[in-house]
Amino acid sequence: MNNLLDPHQWVKAHADYLYAYTITRINDEEQAKDLVQETFLAALEKVNSFEGKSSERTWLTAILRNKIVDVYRKKSSALINSDISRAEQEQADFFDSDTGHWTNQRAPQQFGIDNHDPILNKEFNQILLKCMQKLPALWMSVFTMKHMDDETTDIICAELKLTASNFWVIIHRTKLNLRACLQKNWI
Amino acid sequence: MGPLKKIINNCKQATFLIEKKLIGKLTLREKMVLGIHLIGCSWCRLYDIQSRKIGEMVRQLFHSSVSADARLDDNFKKELQERIEEKLNKN
Repeated sequence: MNNLLDPHQWVKAHADYLYAYTITRINDEEQAKDLVQETFLAALEKVNSFEGKSSERTWLTAILRNKIVDVYRKKSSALINSDISRAEQEQADFFDSDTGHWTNQRAPQQFGIDNHDPILNKEFNQILLKCMQKLPALWMSVFTMKHMDDETTDIICAELKLTASNFWVIIHRTKLNLRACLQKNWI
Repeated sequence: MGPLKKIINNCKQATFLIEKKLIGKLTLREKMVLGIHLIGCSWCRLYDIQSRKIGEMVRQLFHSSVSADARLDDNFKKELQERIEEKLNKN
C-alpha cells in the first residue's frame, strides 16, 4: 500500500467535498452519490500509481472530474436530444427570420442586473439556477465546463466530441436562452 | 440587401460574435462587423452588457457557497467507508 494515501480516512476527509463538487456540476443527488462512491472505489484500484505530486484531495478530484465528463459525454450523445429541439424552439422568435434582427417582443430590455442589490442576490441566484436547469444536457455540460472549470475550448471540444463551430453555436444559444429566461423571471 | 445593411440588421450574428468575444477571440473582420453593428444597435449593446454580467454571475454562483452546504448523510458515509475497508482487506 502506498503510504502517501490514507483510504481509512477518505470518507471522513473528502466525501462531503467531493459530493459538493459533483452536485454543482451534476444536478442529481442520486447520481452524485454514485459518482462519489465510484471515485473512491476507482481510486483504490490505482493507489499504487499515486506519486504524491498532488494532494490526496486533488488526486481524488481529478478522478471524479473524469467521471463527471463521462456523464456529460453520455448525456450529450444520447439519441434522444429532444431537450435540444425544445430549447431551440424557445428562441425561434428571438430574431426576424429574414434579417436576423431582434423581434420587438423578444429584444433585450433592462431588467436590473447591472446594479443588483446584494440582498436580492440569493433570490436572484435561485432564478439563475432554475434557468440553467432548463438548459439541454449538452448545453449545460458545455456551459459548466467553460464557466465553472474554465476549461479551454479545445479541451471541451475534444472531451465532448464537438467541432469548434458546434461549440460556438451552443455557447451562443445557451446564453440567448439563459438571458431571456432571466429577463422573463426577474423584472 | 447590401453587405452593410446585412451587418446592421443582423442581431443574431452580432450576439453570436458577442459570445465569441466574451470567451474567445474575434478575427479582425469579425471585430469590424461587430463594431459597426453595435454603433447602430442599442439592443445588442444592452445584450453585450447583460451577457457579460450573466457570465460573471454564473461564475460567482459556481464558486460560491451555494453547494457548500451540500452534505452526504451519515449513513451513506458509514456504508461507503465500510465498502472501502472491505476492499482494502481483500487486497
